[in-house]
Amino acid sequence: MKTQIIEADPRRRAPDWRQQLDIPVLTAFGCIILLLILGSFYSSNFLSPEYLLQQLKVGAFLGVIATGMMLVILLGQIDLSVPWTVTLGAMMASAAAAHGPVGDALAIPVGIVCGLLIGLVNGIGVAYLRIPSMIVTLAVNAVAQGLMVAYTGGFAPGDSASAAMRYLAAGTILGIPNAAIVWLVTGALAVFLLRRTTFGRAVYGIGNKEAAAYLSGVPTQRVVMVAFALCGALAAFGGVLLAGYAGKAAQSMGDAYLLPSIAAVVLGGTSILGGRGSYIGTIAGVILITLLQSILSVMQIAEFGRQIIYGVIIIMMLLLYGREKIAR
Amino acid sequence: MKDWRFTLAEQRGTLTALAIFIAMFTLYVANHPAGFTANVVQTVANKGVLLALVAMAQTLVVLTSGIDLSVGMIFILSNCVASYLVAGSAMATTFGVVAVIAIGALCGAINAVIVIFGRLQPIVTTIATGAVYFGIALWIRPFPGASDNFNSDFADALTGKLFDVVPTSVVALIGVVVVIWLPFQRSVLGRTAYAVGSSELAAYMSGMPIRRAKFVAYVLGGVLAAMGGLFLTFFTYSGEASVANGNTYTLYSIAAVVLGGVSLFGGRGSAVGAIFGALAFRAIGDLLFVFDVDPLWQPLFQGVVLLLAVSIGSARLFQVRNRLELFT
Amino acid sequence: MESQVPLLRMEGISKRYGGVRALEKADLEVRTGRVHAILGENGAGKSTLIKIMSGVVAPDEGRMLLDGHQVNFQNPAAANAAGIVCIFQELSLIPDLSVADNIIVSNPPGRFGLIDRKAQRRLAEAALARAGGEDIHPMALVRDLPLSRRQIIEIARALSRSPRVLILDEATSALAAADVKRVFDVLKRLRAEGIALLYISHRMHEIAELADDCSVFRNGRRIATYQAGSKTDNEVVEMMIGREYSHVFPAKPTAPAAVATPVLEVRRLSWAPRLNDISFSVRAGEVVGLGGLDGQGQRELLLALFGVLRGIGGEILIDGRPVSIASPRAAKATGIGMALIPEDRKTEGLMLQMSVRDNLSFATLSELARGGIIDRDAERDAIDEMIRLLAIRTDGVSVPATSLSGGNQQKLVIAKWLMRKPRIILLNDPTRGIDVGTKQEIYQLLRTLADSGAAIVLYSTDYDELIGCCDRVLVLYDGTIRRTLSGADITERALISSALNIEMAGGEPERHAPERA
Repeated sequence: MKTQIIEADPRRRAPDWRQQLDIPVLTAFGCIILLLILGSFYSSNFLSPEYLLQQLKVGAFLGVIATGMMLVILLGQIDLSVPWTVTLGAMMASAAAAHGPVGDALAIPVGIVCGLLIGLVNGIGVAYLRIPSMIVTLAVNAVAQGLMVAYTGGFAPGDSASAAMRYLAAGTILGIPNAAIVWLVTGALAVFLLRRTTFGRAVYGIGNKEAAAYLSGVPTQRVVMVAFALCGALAAFGGVLLAGYAGKAAQSMGDAYLLPSIAAVVLGGTSILGGRGSYIGTIAGVILITLLQSILSVMQIAEFGRQIIYGVIIIMMLLLYGREKIAR
Repeated sequence: MKDWRFTLAEQRGTLTALAIFIAMFTLYVANHPAGFTANVVQTVANKGVLLALVAMAQTLVVLTSGIDLSVGMIFILSNCVASYLVAGSAMATTFGVVAVIAIGALCGAINAVIVIFGRLQPIVTTIATGAVYFGIALWIRPFPGASDNFNSDFADALTGKLFDVVPTSVVALIGVVVVIWLPFQRSVLGRTAYAVGSSELAAYMSGMPIRRAKFVAYVLGGVLAAMGGLFLTFFTYSGEASVANGNTYTLYSIAAVVLGGVSLFGGRGSAVGAIFGALAFRAIGDLLFVFDVDPLWQPLFQGVVLLLAVSIGSARLFQVRNRLELFT
Repeated sequence: MESQVPLLRMEGISKRYGGVRALEKADLEVRTGRVHAILGENGAGKSTLIKIMSGVVAPDEGRMLLDGHQVNFQNPAAANAAGIVCIFQELSLIPDLSVADNIIVSNPPGRFGLIDRKAQRRLAEAALARAGGEDIHPMALVRDLPLSRRQIIEIARALSRSPRVLILDEATSALAAADVKRVFDVLKRLRAEGIALLYISHRMHEIAELADDCSVFRNGRRIATYQAGSKTDNEVVEMMIGREYSHVFPAKPTAPAAVATPVLEVRRLSWAPRLNDISFSVRAGEVVGLGGLDGQGQRELLLALFGVLRGIGGEILIDGRPVSIASPRAAKATGIGMALIPEDRKTEGLMLQMSVRDNLSFATLSELARGGIIDRDAERDAIDEMIRLLAIRTDGVSVPATSLSGGNQQKLVIAKWLMRKPRIILLNDPTRGIDVGTKQEIYQLLRTLADSGAAIVLYSTDYDELIGCCDRVLVLYDGTIRRTLSGADITERALISSALNIEMAGGEPERHAPERA
């Protein structure tokens, strides 16, 4: 008979899990407001609608990528292949766009499908081969990089983004950036998926206790694989949008999105261990990071300062609400 | 009689890595136009030692079932600091070397404190601290360079050959293993580090000094990464805050660790294995060069090898007969 | 050797976990040179008391006196330093370290922080010899050794710490008879040397052989202490339960179940090395129990039926047709309709941080959804019904499952599965660590389910349950069915003797098996 040695329950009553969510989300939104106020001391432009909309647009790219990352982190896993999936999605979409009118029309789906395939490889490795996600995605990232380096010959890719890509990323409808609308739609779908579908419930269950989910008869392996596939697809979609925004893809364009996407998810209250987190938190995390990066650059703080402040703030916020309980 | 059986089983990962490396090295030297000469060995050694040191650093943290995604940045930071301090008289140079190593230790200590006392997960912690270390590196070396009185003689000595045959870097590496790794492995703290990675709960129940062991592991990791950075300075005569380089070394250190038979779950493996894993991983690029494969394909090859290695090494699928064990 | 002043005394110790009172002003005295046995049902507080004594957890109230001085242990290391050593089951051995490393884990020989491996090995070999484990190689990795060897290593490790108080918490559960005897010899020798021994066990015969004093715990309190041998087994059992146990269980049907195709039939089921040639059948309306000592294959049998194990030999038939069950998902599917209440509700039965609602509907999601989208109204109705049916006490459905008491958590697990209206229900020790009131409810529930046609397989470590709930009991030993007891033949004596593979009159003839090596 196994003896349970240390009980996980704290000595006091366990808090309502909705309470546990609200604090990080509120903190994140609080920090956003704080940042805006601080920024407004520097310049009144920080509270202008143009600036805020611009932030939403820039943040949308990170937002789409972070949506996928959130799915994977909710499972208790991580996807380190985001950098080159983003780049691969952008490059493949642009390459398709260069293949005549048919290619141009299919550019966006092509990019997304490429990301989906990468995600499937990740998912199979994690779910069926039981390789730790950190390793598999790291290796897949290297393979994706290898493929793209070989494909482009090491040069910047020459293909331009398709018109559709540019419209989605840079256009506006009634003054609202399309990118933000795209993010909104993506987010709405993500929320629906997580809260109203069996898939979403399964994701939370697996992240909480995979053994219990398995013993409840949930197809855990399939769910994990699909989650990784979705993450890859969303990362590639983010790359497609970025290519649309810049007009073309670029080498290493995805590198700048790995750390921020993880940070956005975690700062939004999603536990890195999985099983806990809401999409609202991720939205807050994305906006927070986008604002932070923007304010730092507007204040013309040099790159090095930005990196340092970035790292320090993430640590501080995690210390506030990302800690594990002491079991005694 | 049975003793050697146990030793063999214990060192299996390391020996496998050694075998792989010897096979690759033999293949390389056999096909190299210059053959098995001291110069060829020296070049291989110099490049390999860099990654070997960073891989050793990663090993120490991985043994405690953590991960250090900031090793590459500590490597870069030390490189930049060394480009200033390894200069002037013998006394000043010595002081510089010591200072660089101390900074590496400090970085490791910061990681340790946040993980142990802040109780944050190592993966997010080191992503954030890595950003901070890189920021500092960029601050002190915004552009690549070295101080005017850079002690290039000293650098040459350490990247040259002893008795015209043995590469000094190899001797130095052996020295590091003897002075740092072997004592650590045989010490109470080293054993505790293994125990923590194997089962932190059991280690706690056994009354082992868990916090001290983790602290020492992270600090030594920082020291070893700093030594790698020092060597890079000796090699290139300058310091450069390259984020791509830092990320590459972090990624490759994980690859080397896996190839070297160290379990990413912790508790098993040896830094010596990681050294061979690093050398083997480097050898991929060398082999491609010798077989006249377009260098553009190198990242792809390295990525594929990594993927295969982790699939075989970590795939727990085939041994498990009670599927429930996969989730625990 | 006896002593007037108790070496260790605990007074007024209380400890709560969430809503459950593990210990309520418990007290205990331990004397040198005596073996003090602690008895009690699961959940009586024995394990918690031991954890407090050995520094693993801190008490909420109360104090501990060692040699008359108050002590407070912050962690196991502190308790060890004071001479209090506890032998747990495998949980305190480090799998990836060698036997020698594990035995001499604290204060290894050496200088400047470096370990002298040769000296350590000699010490380890000496400790192993003292514990009766000469056949264990000190360089072997613990993860490669079977549970029986690991328990010997645990004992060796405890001995190497020169304990004054040695606590054994079910330490012999995985040992074969020969090993148990060796361990007992060691323990008796230690007693003669003046060490105080604390021995927790379910096994009356072991206690009879070894103990000097016995204390019975119930509901977190010490009920009585008496000299070993001065009370009959019946009296002891009644102290443990606190009532006459014949009234605890709902009445079993007097008429035998109608002869029909068994719902579940198992033919020559094997899973090397834990299950060997098992055959039995269960009809609709029957409650079949699995008995025997811990670790004889009962858990593996249930997992095998539920599709968790790979590489199973033999056949499983549902309603007479052979089926191949590849996963829990297949097991719960409509054609088979199985449910498993797993061993550990905290790690296998529930997702503790998720809400009561999410846990309850988790096994029935696909049925409550159309096209993958959950029908919230249907879900809410189903949940309300199950909460009402099982009388689950909770502060609403949105609270995390972790805030429920142990008994209600277990009811939650059961409710999760009953929502599917399963035909075959497998239960792995469902009432372990649960308060008596909830146990009663579960017993009644099982009988009701059986009466409505379910086929139930119940593994229990509690003899009363097997006697009171089951129509038939299959006693397992070493992965085979040693004996089948039915109806009035199910007595504690028969259960215990079959569990220990001892000859007995009555019941179906048993098969003799070779002693486990």
